[in-house]
Amino acid sequence: MTTVIPFGPQHPVLPEPVSLKLEIDNDVVVGALPSLGYVHRGLEKFIDTKDYNQTTYICERICGICSALHGITYTMAVEKLFDVEIPERAQYIRVIIGELNRVHSHLLWLGLFADGFGFESLFYECWKYRETVLDVLERITGNRVIHSISKVGGASKDLTKEHIDLILKMCDTVEPQVKDLEKVFVNNYSVKQRLVGLATMSKQLAYEAGTAGPTLRGSGNSIDLRESADWDIYKDLGFKPAVEKDGDCYARTKVRITELYDSFKLLRNAISKMPNGEITTPIKGFPTGEAIMRTEQPRGEVVYYVKGKGTKNLERLKIRTPTFANIPSLLLTLPGIKLADVPIVVLTIDPCISCTER
Amino acid sequence: MSLAKSPWIIHVNCNSCNGCDIEVVACLTPLYDAERFGVLNIGTPKQADIMVVTGSINYKNVNVLKNIYNQIPDPKVVLAVGACASTGGIFHDCYNVIGGVDQIIPVDAYVPGCCPRPEAILDGVVAALSILESKSQGKIKGKEVKLKGNEVPSNA
Repeated sequence: MTTVIPFGPQHPVLPEPVSLKLEIDNDVVVGALPSLGYVHRGLEKFIDTKDYNQTTYICERICGICSALHGITYTMAVEKLFDVEIPERAQYIRVIIGELNRVHSHLLWLGLFADGFGFESLFYECWKYRETVLDVLERITGNRVIHSISKVGGASKDLTKEHIDLILKMCDTVEPQVKDLEKVFVNNYSVKQRLVGLATMSKQLAYEAGTAGPTLRGSGNSIDLRESADWDIYKDLGFKPAVEKDGDCYARTKVRITELYDSFKLLRNAISKMPNGEITTPIKGFPTGEAIMRTEQPRGEVVYYVKGKGTKNLERLKIRTPTFANIPSLLLTLPGIKLADVPIVVLTIDPCISCTER
Repeated sequence: MSLAKSPWIIHVNCNSCNGCDIEVVACLTPLYDAERFGVLNIGTPKQADIMVVTGSINYKNVNVLKNIYNQIPDPKVVLAVGACASTGGIFHDCYNVIGGVDQIIPVDAYVPGCCPRPEAILDGVVAALSILESKSQGKIKGKEVKLKGNEVPSNA
């Protein structure tokens, strides 16, 4: 006989209203039914009333954790409509803020994940190191969470010599700290006991379920849009995706830790290659036509579809976020998991419900 | 009196973009360390004194919010964190957004900002503590919020 246990919308482990109805048989999950809509605001309709510049700020507020990359992706999509080439320096600024955003997001996730399996002190360590990154972001952009660095036609703020020194200093401070964290996440006996072999997905299954980001790469698929999509800068920076073969929670954690090192490397490379010059291109007229832009967020692939109609407002904005792609994998892996492990399995896809529901 | 020395908070995410939520959690971590004021984040409403609400309300989560509010024992204080929780923020015109939290439950203190800095949130919690103290002495009483289907305010 099965019992139905509600997981969420108010749950101590997740700050967000994830809602799953779990069918439990003798402490083991046999089925899961998600319920969405607790964070639905209706942003894709809301852009009817805002012009295409104001929409940048709305897109940044889709999600507070990957806000910079939402703004960047939206502006890149609109620039495709205008068919303009933005200055190279502005593109480098976007990459730098995007990578800083990824570092803070991954450290945040590592902390929440540690909290998920009850390792409080590790959670506090991760969040303490994350504050260094946020300080740098605040010095550059003026806000800890919503950065507003990207605008249609370039970047809204320039990086000064002082900012660049701060970023390099931050890389030198945080990288050894991540090494310390890695020792615990990768080698600690109790952590391994909780993570190894949990919620395993084969390479084929992860690909067919349409997963994205570290969930996909944790199963051995070498797909990272920073390497493959139309964001050219990453090709010059010598980027290689982080891939693990095992496909369990442990592998996905290792992917994210490797990505932290990659981000530090990309930051250093981007700073050394960043040219001088203008940061904006003037934009004339109103957007027409349609365009698609894909970038790699901390959680995976985000797709923006924009359609202009020759007025200041866009006709249509459609967003597909990585958590939406990852929820099917969650429903595939949850059956057979013990109830006590459900928070870990849910956290392992790095769920961002406000992205998914918008 | 002793209640205000060790208040336990419950964090409710209504319709938030996560920005305020990560700042609320950042308050509890070592750099800002709300625990030095005796503040402890607790998962269950039945043991909480301060309800920290982030994000506006929509037609689906309105009953979740009412339920959690009613489960917190008196005396209780509600702290609305961020522009969305206070007034609806930049999303106040969206079709699925009803508005600020104060349209459904009584709010005692507001923290403005998008997102508010952790210092501002701590300031709000400290302001809520003095209200909690006067409530615990019986000067102000909390009120029950009725649960009746998907009832929404007339101006929504």
